[in-house]
Amino acid sequence: MGMTITEKILAAHAKKKKVEPGELIIANIDIALGNDITAPLAIQEFESLGLKKVFNPGRICLVPDHFTPNKDIKSAEQVKILRDFAKKYKIKNYFEIGQMGVEHALLPEKGIVCPGDLIIGADSHTCTYGALGAFSTGVGSTDLASVMAIGKLWFKVPESIKFVYKGKLRKWVSGKDLILYTIGLIGVDGALYQSMEFTGPVIEKLSMDNRFSMANMAIEAGAKNGIFIPDDITLEYIKNRVQRPYKFYNSDKDAKYSKIHEIDVNNIEPQVAFPHLPENAKGVSKAGKISLDQVVIGSCTNGRMEDLRIAAKILKNRKVSSNLRLIVIPATQNIYMQAMKEGLIEIFINAGAAVSTPTCGPCLGGHMGILAKGEKALATTNRNFVGRMGSPESEVYLAGPAIAAASAILGRISSPEDLT
Amino acid sequence: MRITGKTWKYRDDVNTDEIIPARYLNTIDLNELAKHCMEDIDKDFIKKISKGDIIVAGKNFGCGSSREHAPLCIKASGISCVIAKSFARIFYRNAINTGLPILESPDAVSGIETGDNLTIDFLTGEIYNKRTDKTYKAKPFPPFMQEIISSGGLMGWVKKQ
Ligand code: SF4
Repeated sequence: MGMTITEKILAAHAKKKKVEPGELIIANIDIALGNDITAPLAIQEFESLGLKKVFNPGRICLVPDHFTPNKDIKSAEQVKILRDFAKKYKIKNYFEIGQMGVEHALLPEKGIVCPGDLIIGADSHTCTYGALGAFSTGVGSTDLASVMAIGKLWFKVPESIKFVYKGKLRKWVSGKDLILYTIGLIGVDGALYQSMEFTGPVIEKLSMDNRFSMANMAIEAGAKNGIFIPDDITLEYIKNRVQRPYKFYNSDKDAKYSKIHEIDVNNIEPQVAFPHLPENAKGVSKAGKISLDQVVIGSCTNGRMEDLRIAAKILKNRKVSSNLRLIVIPATQNIYMQAMKEGLIEIFINAGAAVSTPTCGPCLGGHMGILAKGEKALATTNRNFVGRMGSPESEVYLAGPAIAAASAILGRISSPEDLT
Repeated sequence: MRITGKTWKYRDDVNTDEIIPARYLNTIDLNELAKHCMEDIDKDFIKKISKGDIIVAGKNFGCGSSREHAPLCIKASGISCVIAKSFARIFYRNAINTGLPILESPDAVSGIETGDNLTIDFLTGEIYNKRTDKTYKAKPFPPFMQEIISSGGLMGWVKKQ
């Protein structure tokens, strides 16, 4: 019997010919990642081992992105732990503000993560790199510490669920809408412990930025990883970025899936996930009249070039509603620069938006746009849990950049079609 | 190893933002974090629990972020064990790696109410509910994980490698 792409990557990294779902393996890790929240714990654990060096200083990435530029003294101390550790162990992939970006936008952009890799990160959205055809999953700080020491980690081979997207995408429907719709379909634990494999004619034509948004939210269905079969679109993306050998894997025709979902995209309209779970997704036409206090466009889900272009297209020559704050956060310095060259930043500022240096910031209620009690926000981020963006009595709605931009103009949840 | 404790029951899909809100994550001081344990789902949690109490929850406990601060702060708050219908994957991993005892048993959860007194045997996975006089059996850890636990958690296991 054949293997899925996930099984093949895991088998190769465990130096085995074949693995099966449920099997426990010890596998070699290509890239390990930590941020300013999770790496300090991992570093503390690592230092307790008393080792002189890390397994491979070129394969560890430390990205201070959550509370940076340091929002207070405590955060500054956390980031300093990363900076000092990077110096001490000669870790070159430490990204200081001024060069940094939100980790899951930054690593692919820099060509650090490759197709066929086995990547772990002490951040749940590490599953984003599955867009490149890598096996990539979020782990805890202790896992990261152990990988920094020995370059290996234990895994249970997951079962795979296949999603086949067919039909023609409607106007304004993006990867974000497909993944919100899918999570709405299967629920926030619909893929618990399993792998989500995204396939079908719609996916084969989907751009890399859209694939990143989809893989990013696999964790929101409880999945261990989300993965795409690498193709020409992948190749085009990595061409001038990746510097080391990589491998394109594909699932066998007779690979085994625990379930196959066929999704007809013809009837999917832009989605909005209502508080307080990503599974509460509805078509925007069914959202009703919901006025908003804030809109955030950014994050590792939708802070990339294509997202900013869509938002700018809608915001051009229009103004943000006077009842609402719009915050736009390009996900990396490169994206920021490119958006400036294309005139997008000017469009945002003219519309009345606040544009920020790359940071996670409001996405996790860290800083740069916290909600007061009773306030409502719509964000292009990935989680709308209780208190995620500030007060436990505030609300977060999730959507793609088109809905976000239109809603910012009208002051309530709306579609670009509602604009005159 | 056996423990006895009083239960506090919560719903499905308790997420890591509710267990320890991100606004407190600018520190790794566990005593500091423990003060805010479960704050966004039950703001009096830390005031009302006693050492050795047990959290009981529905499906997908610990979904959301990979923050190890979640199991660590539950442990630091004095909670002795979490029983749930199911756990989110990363939380499950983190609990094992950091030594927070967790048990998966949908039947036990259905039969437990807040305030029940439970006796738990971690070796057999048996959960005894005094109020209903019923015993439930939770899924035992697979052998590989027992090896990690017997090494004193993942770091102990790494030292052996
Ligand atoms: S942007 Fe949000 S989801 Fe992404 S890494 Fe930052 S905090 Fe996490």
